[in-house]
Amino acid sequence: MSAPPAPSLYAAREPIFPKAVSGRFRRLKWAILVATLAVYYITPWLRWDRGPYLPDQAVLIDLAARRFYFFMIEIWPHEFYYVAGLLIMAGIGLFLFTSVLGRVWCGYACPQTVWVDLFMHVERFIEGDRNKQIRLQHQSWTPEKIRKRTAKWTIWLAISMATGGAWIFYFADAPSLAWQFITGAAPSVAYATVAILTATTFILGGFLREQVCLYMCPWPRIQAAMLDENSLTVTYKDWRGEPRGKHKKQPTPQTQTQTQGDCIDCNACVNVCPTGVDIRKGQQLGCITCALCIDACDDIMARLGRPRGLIDYCSLADEHLERSGQPALSAWRRILRPRVFLYTGLWAGIGLAMVVTLFLRDTIGLTVRHDRNPLFVTLSDGSIRNGYEIRLLNQEGMPQDFRLSHRLEGAGHLRLDIQGSEGRTVEVAANTQQLLRVFLTSEPWIEMDGQVPVRLWVENLTTRERAHYDTVFYGGSE
Amino acid sequence: MSKDKDDRAVDPHTGTKTTGHDWDGITELDTPLPRWWLWTFYATIVWGLLYTVAYPAWPMLSGATSGLLGYSSRGALEQDIARQKAAQAGIEAEIVKAGFGEIAADANLASYAYAGGAAVFRANCSQCHGAGAAGSKGYPNLRDDDWLWGGTPEDIYLTIAHGIRWEADYDTRWSEMPAFGDDGILEETEIALVADHVLSLSGKSGRSEAGATLYLDNCSGCHGEAGEGMAEMGAPALNDAIWLYGSDRASLIETITHSRFGVMPSWNTRLSEADLRKVAHYVHSLGGGVRE
Repeated sequence: MSAPPAPSLYAAREPIFPKAVSGRFRRLKWAILVATLAVYYITPWLRWDRGPYLPDQAVLIDLAARRFYFFMIEIWPHEFYYVAGLLIMAGIGLFLFTSVLGRVWCGYACPQTVWVDLFMHVERFIEGDRNKQIRLQHQSWTPEKIRKRTAKWTIWLAISMATGGAWIFYFADAPSLAWQFITGAAPSVAYATVAILTATTFILGGFLREQVCLYMCPWPRIQAAMLDENSLTVTYKDWRGEPRGKHKKQPTPQTQTQTQGDCIDCNACVNVCPTGVDIRKGQQLGCITCALCIDACDDIMARLGRPRGLIDYCSLADEHLERSGQPALSAWRRILRPRVFLYTGLWAGIGLAMVVTLFLRDTIGLTVRHDRNPLFVTLSDGSIRNGYEIRLLNQEGMPQDFRLSHRLEGAGHLRLDIQGSEGRTVEVAANTQQLLRVFLTSEPWIEMDGQVPVRLWVENLTTRERAHYDTVFYGGSE
Repeated sequence: MSKDKDDRAVDPHTGTKTTGHDWDGITELDTPLPRWWLWTFYATIVWGLLYTVAYPAWPMLSGATSGLLGYSSRGALEQDIARQKAAQAGIEAEIVKAGFGEIAADANLASYAYAGGAAVFRANCSQCHGAGAAGSKGYPNLRDDDWLWGGTPEDIYLTIAHGIRWEADYDTRWSEMPAFGDDGILEETEIALVADHVLSLSGKSGRSEAGATLYLDNCSGCHGEAGEGMAEMGAPALNDAIWLYGSDRASLIETITHSRFGVMPSWNTRLSEADLRKVAHYVHSLGGGVRE
């Protein structure tokens, strides 16, 4: 008696050869593919004039100078809450889209989907459609197979390099970095970034494909939790399609109307699926709602002279209605519901608040740090001097003259001096923060009690903007 | 019927075989892992093993294997320091060559000298003068505008390089106030009169003829008739608000009776020329430095 062989703990990936398809959703996907890729590749090359002191790249993440430029907006590190706001908006936007359109992000806009789509297109261009690909897969390594595979991988690699290459242009001046990159003068981190992104694009887009969605990506599981009975999902209408069976050219009246549904079990929906699922089994993790099976099925239904939409976008609530013979609600009734209004309101509210604060924010700033060691210094003439480190912030795109002044709360008089500067006016360079050492000195031999509150003011002499900071003066008496 | 040796139960909803584990009716699906995942796992093991060969890892009887790449954190630090030093060589040479006025006028040199000087100060000077350079009794405050031996950058540089009363250095700054009481130069009552006169110089006490005469005879040679001091001798001004050993009568009597003999080491044997100049620039920039 031998024990039954242990079942395998590991499974090889089932190769998927999605068939080319045409139709309304395929056209939409092409449009989105072209648009998203165009945004990705073209954005770093857009120019935006910000004057002589600032970079003229429209979108630039300048890590060295710690600035983020986005067209007319410039974000400093201390304004990072704008980035947090954008992330929150992206999160709520995902809730919104998911509650209305289901996994629309997965199906249309996710980079993994877009690049895999592109790679599959290349694959069909070189190796032919599904059947030819399957044949080639099972073929031995003939010169033809080697030639086709080499060509395919070469084009994939070129696309991958372009993908990785475009990424780095977001972090430096694109034209000069491109020239440096070609001449070998670019920083090593640029080459390393391109190499890593080339490798990941090549592997994830060319070979791992749906494995990324099934095993690596957290979105499908998070999005599944955000769907409700009103969210649109790709649905096989089994109440119309079942029982499925082979199509008969001249059906007898009984078989046509009584026992056979619209599904002729042609497997067109399975053959076009990029993740290799059978949508007729119902909602499942593998379905990214790319809607290509809808196009494929519509094509078959048109040939059979049956109405389209055996597989279609449909919400769970509509499924129940249709199953019981009632008409589905209009799409607007599904979209206009409290949850959608709530998400839209939150999303728009945050966006509006950010835009308002962005355009009302100060372009001048002042922070003051009183010297802690020592708190004060006695000078030989009997006066008391306090030292301060002052940071002046100039967020304008031009150098600005700033004038410092102070106001003492209470009696007495203090003299203000800026170290290394004769007057009280300093020029702060464009778009920088400048550190100054400033002294306040009391009059000789006049004792001041303990701490005295002092307010330091800075004024931009051109724009007349003012900012202040409250600190103290230590008078020296114990 | 063919003999199916894989007799695991099948989950009706997913069509996946189950492990046979059952918790209150919930069964565990026996989904196989993707094979690429297994390869990735093996690859990380191979990577880990190669890593321990390339880098210090395996504990031995004394120490650990050193690794084929010869990496050590200390070596990396040394390389890093050497690289930084090489990168700084140019500006260090400029610091040595430039006058203090030129250093202060050049923003790049000035900020380099200030930052470097601050580091030198923290490591070598702060023990006596305090981290904030505010000094304490017997150790001068370097932020005020009173300088025993002069407050120009050149004066400060000389003081740091050669020290004060530092016998090992021939060029050290030297002066010595007599111990008027210990050496029997003045009587106790006379010392008290002198102390009162010194207090009167900064308005802290009334004037007396006897005290004034004693002061003129014994003290004014170095400290000046009005108590204005003399930086060439390191003689402190006595008519201002700054007192290294205290300004009360008892402290003054103690000073006159026993004298003080503050010592500061010379630093030219321990610090490089560039470091000396950087820390001189730093001390001068603290707020009390006298302009050239």
